[in-house]
Amino acid sequence: MPRGERLRVLLAKVGLDGHDRGLRVVARILRDGGLEVIYAGLRQTPETIAAAATQEDVDVVGVSMHNGAHLTLAPAVVEALRAAGLETPVVVGGIVPDVDLPAMRAAGIAAVLGPGASNAEVLEAVRGVAKGA
Amino acid sequence: MGDRRAWQEAYERSTLRETPFETISGVPLEPVYGPDDGEFPGQWPYTRGPYASMYRSRLWTMRQFAGFGTAEDTNRRFKDLLASGGNGLSTAFDMPTLLGRDSDDPLAKGEVGRAGVAIDTQRDMETLFAGIPLGSVSTSMTINSAAPVVMAMYIGVGDRQGVDRAALSGTIQNDILKEYQAQKEYVFPPRPSVRLVTDLVRFATAELPRWHPISISGYHIREAGSTAAQELAFTLANGFAYVEAAVAAGLAIDDFAPRLSFFFNAHIDFFEEVAKYRAARRIWARWMRDRYGASDARSQTLRFHTQTTGVSLTAQQPEVNLARVALEALAGVLGGTQSLHTDAFDEALALPTERAARLALRTQQVIAEELGVAHVADPLGGSWFVESLTDELERQAEEVFAHLEREGAGSMLDGVVECIENGWFGLQIADAAYRFQEKLAKGEWILVGVNGYTEGDDREVPTLYIDPAVERRQLDRLAQVRRERDDDAVRRSLGRLESEAADPTINLMPALIEASANQVTVGESMQALGAVFGTWFERPVA
Repeated sequence: MPRGERLRVLLAKVGLDGHDRGLRVVARILRDGGLEVIYAGLRQTPETIAAAATQEDVDVVGVSMHNGAHLTLAPAVVEALRAAGLETPVVVGGIVPDVDLPAMRAAGIAAVLGPGASNAEVLEAVRGVAKGA
Repeated sequence: MGDRRAWQEAYERSTLRETPFETISGVPLEPVYGPDDGEFPGQWPYTRGPYASMYRSRLWTMRQFAGFGTAEDTNRRFKDLLASGGNGLSTAFDMPTLLGRDSDDPLAKGEVGRAGVAIDTQRDMETLFAGIPLGSVSTSMTINSAAPVVMAMYIGVGDRQGVDRAALSGTIQNDILKEYQAQKEYVFPPRPSVRLVTDLVRFATAELPRWHPISISGYHIREAGSTAAQELAFTLANGFAYVEAAVAAGLAIDDFAPRLSFFFNAHIDFFEEVAKYRAARRIWARWMRDRYGASDARSQTLRFHTQTTGVSLTAQQPEVNLARVALEALAGVLGGTQSLHTDAFDEALALPTERAARLALRTQQVIAEELGVAHVADPLGGSWFVESLTDELERQAEEVFAHLEREGAGSMLDGVVECIENGWFGLQIADAAYRFQEKLAKGEWILVGVNGYTEGDDREVPTLYIDPAVERRQLDRLAQVRRERDDDAVRRSLGRLESEAADPTINLMPALIEASANQVTVGESMQALGAVFGTWFERPVA
């Protein structure tokens, strides 16, 4: 598929956490912003995310976490993507305490969107990391 | 409709708290206000409250939800809450426990003890309630998919403490239908899951007379983004579905319906919330009497727990959340709640610290002791505005019931399951969530500190730190139990579970209680059931 037209974003919940309100809202914000969204939904693993990212040839992977497991699961998503030979940037949305932000950056997370992020900030973050990649 | 005399007689039979029922300035107060031919609390249709004397007899239970780390960690928090004047315990389980997975399950990695306490075996449950006599506290356990397994463990702990099962008092959420609709902590498909719910209801009806075997919950539906009317309608519809399932299993309505309890959200729109609680009581009374033939007044009266809304809390300027929580809690109290959890101000950042949890409890104590709002039942009843809003929410809920009834060809149970399977609930909630997000984006709704009044953001509040060593400690505990238990007994228990799961006429609770006593893990019991019931996946639609 030709690059540079519509950005393609894979959205997933990783792990056991079922809080999908944020992810569903983000899916619509991105669609309304002209991006193409592949919504993988709940209970994804780093491996299923990497497989979907390969198959769907996405520009950005967005994962949502509200369960406090971000320091374990988010780096695992990055590792699984890299192991699949993908450089796709990963954006994490959800509840990530400020003290964890340096560790998230060190693990290769391209951006973190916290509670209260506006529609504009969501679009900006996703477009920003896609351009950087 | 109204009967002041019947209410007066009921009021005079009630035991009252020893406190002057007057304003701070000494003006004496009536227990309720209104015309003689109006509605009264404790009287049909119960719009104004389930009891004639309401908080004059007993304040709401201040029930703070807590759970993190290992069973020892949460046991310490429980004891602190009891020592601070809380009078009910409420247990939050971690994600693996909620989904029936053991701490050493590969999918549990990173989630053990994170969002609640980790429970793998009955031995963990014993530690959780060590030093807390189960016959003299009331315990709430927030768990759904694995509810029958965890309930079996709690019963086992009570047995070991020497407490009569009839003395166990509390609530288990055990409301699986809203999991498919909103919270998404499902494991098995809807039909066998409803059977598990019904098994627990049957067991509690026979053996646990002081236990509430379901807490029919709108809280999560609202948190997932629904409107107040949707929260009201979906919750009550789920209630009707459980009633139909229990009746189909052979229970007489007045034998179990008095033990059904509800759980609603206290959102930020004050009057809409008060109207929602009032409408809920009136709708439940009418449906239970007229549709399901309940004649016991306790079957017709809806009693509920309330929790202030998590989604209204902001990570920006988090102390402002103290004000939000206080106002939301007040709506719950003016709406006549039976128990209340107030959120801690730091919950948009992390699980609450001990200090934040204590401030949340203090907020309730201010409302109870200082505000003077517990003297008079349904103080907003009779307001043209609140009465009109109550009628409107009731009307909107009835529209939803009509839709579900059509989908279920006359059965609310079938209608609810059909609308879970066809994704209707999920779409309704996602649409409402997005409409609210649009209002925020357009500035049609101002969230203080987020899209207005943003100067002075200071989120430098200390948050609860959960030691990553928690996971290691829990894995060691689990490994030790696996080493020490009787493997033959475990195998026998699992074999019994699987064969009884295949026969829908057998109540699974006795087999689960036996399995727990033999230290079968949560994950092993759930796998045995899953071998028969299968697994549920939702179609990913955003």
